[in-house]
Amino acid sequence: MMKTNKLFITAFAGMISTSAAFAGTDDTTGISGQGISDVVYGLLMGAVIFLMLLLLLWLYRLSVKLRFETKDVNADHKRRMQQQVSALDRTDLSHLLTHRASLRKRTGNNAGIVTAVILMSLLTAPAKAETGQAPDLLLKSPGMIITVTLILLPLMVAIWYTGIKISRLIRRIQFRRIRNETDDLITAADTDPDFYHLLLERKASLDFKLSDRELGSNVFPADQKGLLHNVAEVDSPRFLAAKRKASVPHDLDKSLVRAILWFLGSATAWLVLGTSVGEYLGIKFVAPDADHVSWLSFGRLRPIHTNMVFWGWSSLAMLGLGYYVVPRVSNTGIFSIRLAYWSLILVNSAVLCGSLTLMAGINNGGGEYREYIWPVMALFGAGILLTLYNYYRTIGSRKTTEIYISNWYIVAAMMFVTVIALVGYLPQWQNGLGETIVQGYYMHQAVGMWFMLFNLGLIYYFLPQQLNTPIYSYSLGILAFWAQILFYTLIGTHHFLFSSIPWWLQTVAIVGSVGMLIPVFAGTTNFLLTMKGNFHKISRSYTLPFYLVGVIFYFTGSMQGTAEAFRETNLVWHFTDFTTAHSHITMYGIIAFMLWAFIYTLVPRLTGKEPGQHWVGAHFWLALVGLLFYTVPLMIGGTLRGIAWQSGKPFIDSVVLMAPYWLWRAIGGSLMWLSHLVFCWNMYTMTLRRSENEIRRQVMDALGDNHMISNPV
Amino acid sequence: MDLYSNHKRLYLAALGFFLALTLFVAIIPALSNQQTTAVLPGSRPLNALEKEGKAIFIAEGCVACHTQQVRNLDMDKNWGSRPSIAADYAGMTRTDVWRNTATLMGSERTGPDLTNIGNRQPAEDWHLLHLYNPRLVVSTSVMPSYEWLFISKEYAFPEDRVLNIPGAEKGGRKIVVSHQAMALVAYLQSLKQLKLPDGRTVPVFLYSKDAGKVSGAAPALKKDTGYDGDALYASNCSSCHQPNGQGIPGAFPSLKGSKIVLDPDPLVQVTIIMKGYDGRAAEGYGAMPAVGTNNNLKPEEVAAIVNHERSSWGNQSKQVTAEEVKKIISSLK
Repeated sequence: MMKTNKLFITAFAGMISTSAAFAGTDDTTGISGQGISDVVYGLLMGAVIFLMLLLLLWLYRLSVKLRFETKDVNADHKRRMQQQVSALDRTDLSHLLTHRASLRKRTGNNAGIVTAVILMSLLTAPAKAETGQAPDLLLKSPGMIITVTLILLPLMVAIWYTGIKISRLIRRIQFRRIRNETDDLITAADTDPDFYHLLLERKASLDFKLSDRELGSNVFPADQKGLLHNVAEVDSPRFLAAKRKASVPHDLDKSLVRAILWFLGSATAWLVLGTSVGEYLGIKFVAPDADHVSWLSFGRLRPIHTNMVFWGWSSLAMLGLGYYVVPRVSNTGIFSIRLAYWSLILVNSAVLCGSLTLMAGINNGGGEYREYIWPVMALFGAGILLTLYNYYRTIGSRKTTEIYISNWYIVAAMMFVTVIALVGYLPQWQNGLGETIVQGYYMHQAVGMWFMLFNLGLIYYFLPQQLNTPIYSYSLGILAFWAQILFYTLIGTHHFLFSSIPWWLQTVAIVGSVGMLIPVFAGTTNFLLTMKGNFHKISRSYTLPFYLVGVIFYFTGSMQGTAEAFRETNLVWHFTDFTTAHSHITMYGIIAFMLWAFIYTLVPRLTGKEPGQHWVGAHFWLALVGLLFYTVPLMIGGTLRGIAWQSGKPFIDSVVLMAPYWLWRAIGGSLMWLSHLVFCWNMYTMTLRRSENEIRRQVMDALGDNHMISNPV
Repeated sequence: MDLYSNHKRLYLAALGFFLALTLFVAIIPALSNQQTTAVLPGSRPLNALEKEGKAIFIAEGCVACHTQQVRNLDMDKNWGSRPSIAADYAGMTRTDVWRNTATLMGSERTGPDLTNIGNRQPAEDWHLLHLYNPRLVVSTSVMPSYEWLFISKEYAFPEDRVLNIPGAEKGGRKIVVSHQAMALVAYLQSLKQLKLPDGRTVPVFLYSKDAGKVSGAAPALKKDTGYDGDALYASNCSSCHQPNGQGIPGAFPSLKGSKIVLDPDPLVQVTIIMKGYDGRAAEGYGAMPAVGTNNNLKPEEVAAIVNHERSSWGNQSKQVTAEEVKKIISSLK
């Protein structure tokens, strides 16, 4: 306990010194001002109060211990003796049994303890009063806060010092008690014949030994029931932990498997291409003169990156996975594979044409994610409609009575994205500010009603499947479904707070953002409680870590979105790179991680080929660490930039301020990009690369063709 | 329940719910906004050249980093004299058959807001040099260079506009401004915030710092005027005259050792800040815009800038007071 306490204390001392350093650099970097000093004071005060509470907790636990040590030992003497006997080992017992010694007197001294208790209660009382007042003082002037802090600091040191003294005292008493109790034991063994007998019995029990042949036999071991496969002996220590293998391939229609793999394969290609563009954009923040070619300029490449990972990677991967899940949970076959291929071609050509037109400088008007011109988006929409029809007909011919919840989410997402694209592209309501109102709706619905909704549908199938357990609560899933539609639809305009769109509409968006707590809590609870009791499976699986990260980011990313939507926080974070960090936490942390989880779950079951486990590990850690390196610095930098703007510093200072954070972003982005190359290799291993089994089977099949097998085993 | 085992009903219910909310939160507000807002008097549609420039602005994706909205927040005061209102965007309609309306409000401010750039930085030379390579004029900028809007030629024709690149060797290749560059600059210069017609209440900037300021809370660090001349210079002047005060040879004159700055009488210096200057065109220098008037600088702020210029980079000249500046400004009107 002492150790953990010390650890805490050093951690918080560290925190204080960093915030002090923050306050110190403040003047030199030139981003000081009311805002920053408020933040620093707030942090400092918070740290001090927290430290104080921690110290009090420590003192309280010390006092509990002290009370325990000073309790009357003779009360349940007998029971304690017996307890001790069970703790003795064989050598101790034999010492006791052979011992013949004279009685020893017990001594005790309670005076020191009593003073300690009194001293402690005296000390904690004023400290408690102090912490009670502290929150009120936060509202007062910085001068007062500093003064109070200065008073609190020595007080805390005093409490800490006293605590150390008391804990030493307790240890001394504890050691003495143990010594005394052991002496008592010896006395009892010598004088009490009953107890002596007890000891003898105990010694006999401990002397018991197995013959080591109880479970053995003289028969040579053989696997007569055919339980073992691919036996391999490991005679060197393993460097990396081995994970469970995927189960045997599913018996699925070969043509559907091929269609699904085409979807996932092209999605992977867009991921690698799209994030290569993103990586280059990140580098351009650090080296703006990297090239002077019009087709590669920042403004043209940025929408290419966003649209390619949206409509190319995420959407195609989702559609492909949907082609597995929708018929599976309907317990039927897919309606039409031809339609699936048409949809694949249409969506792929939309992304290809869109990227080329954007590079050539043909842009719909600069609204985010709405940069493709309408003929290109029409291709995408047509692809979605074909798949929607396909899914719908499949569900229509389902063999189950109820519609499994995955299919609610998936079909709803397909219908909604069609509506969203129509609202975003029809010209009737796009004049003047109408364009901006629609833009807010469009960009946020595309994220929440398409990617998020579809992925939730997929996870309601894949997570229980991977854990081999039913979903925790079907009702929570239903609640989340309707709540998501109700609240998510409202929140689009929170991207335009304080702009000239109607104030009431901005308020509706904020209220909706808070309402999003309901579906997010319902969803997260559902997933985590499904995992509950199965957490040990995570370390033995190479897919489950992806699910866990996806669910954790689902919670934190969505919470962050709500936090950003309030007027007070929007004030600091809007227009800064904080938003960029948020969009990567959600689109990457949630969507991409979940998609990888599903792909690593599904593809080995479709093809019977597994990726190298260490390569999956490399993918996971590079992506996760890269994402954190990317987002955390951008959040810090974004906050500092917002504060700098508020303090009225020249704009260019806030550009200079971002330089180190942009560098971190480029580093994190590089790690993420590297992880995609690894993922691409894994996809290759799972699909096209020839496996040992395949080659063996080929030879065997050839054998089977040549000789008629008369007696199959 | 029947709803959960009848796919037609379930999906119709979800779609209907979503459509109703969509109407409420997007389509109806957009339509009503479109019908009720009219353009401000005094605003004019973009001319052909400016339209072309706007198309380039859209094609190059400038909106990725530059917003065009002054929020009703105190910290947005630098970008315009009043918060943007719906009427500012009312005149914008569909670009053409292929492309949507572009209000270009933006959602990220990696670079400065451009709502009022036509007033804040009207100098054509500055824009051209900045577009050719932003780091020529703002050394710490991360904006891309738009070199392809310029043509590199062995010899320039007489009608060509040649860009004066600081540091380029004499007799080297000539950098000629293309038609697209001129169009883009024309569009940027057209971006000006209009005054609201008389009688219409101007929306206020929220979250003002001054509102919560405790009186007497020591502005001791600031100079005598109470304004930070260093910061004001950085915001208003240094993009041309540079942070070191030496300008850019051949484009923007140096303030270090300048006769006007060293003159004990601030009349000329203040006049140039408030009214602009075009006296040294013969030497190849561009015209200076009326920075003080365009950016609505207060006399105290002008005084802070003047004093900063008079006491920096080795300059040592008589300091001025806000009263002197106020007197000069009122004499200019």
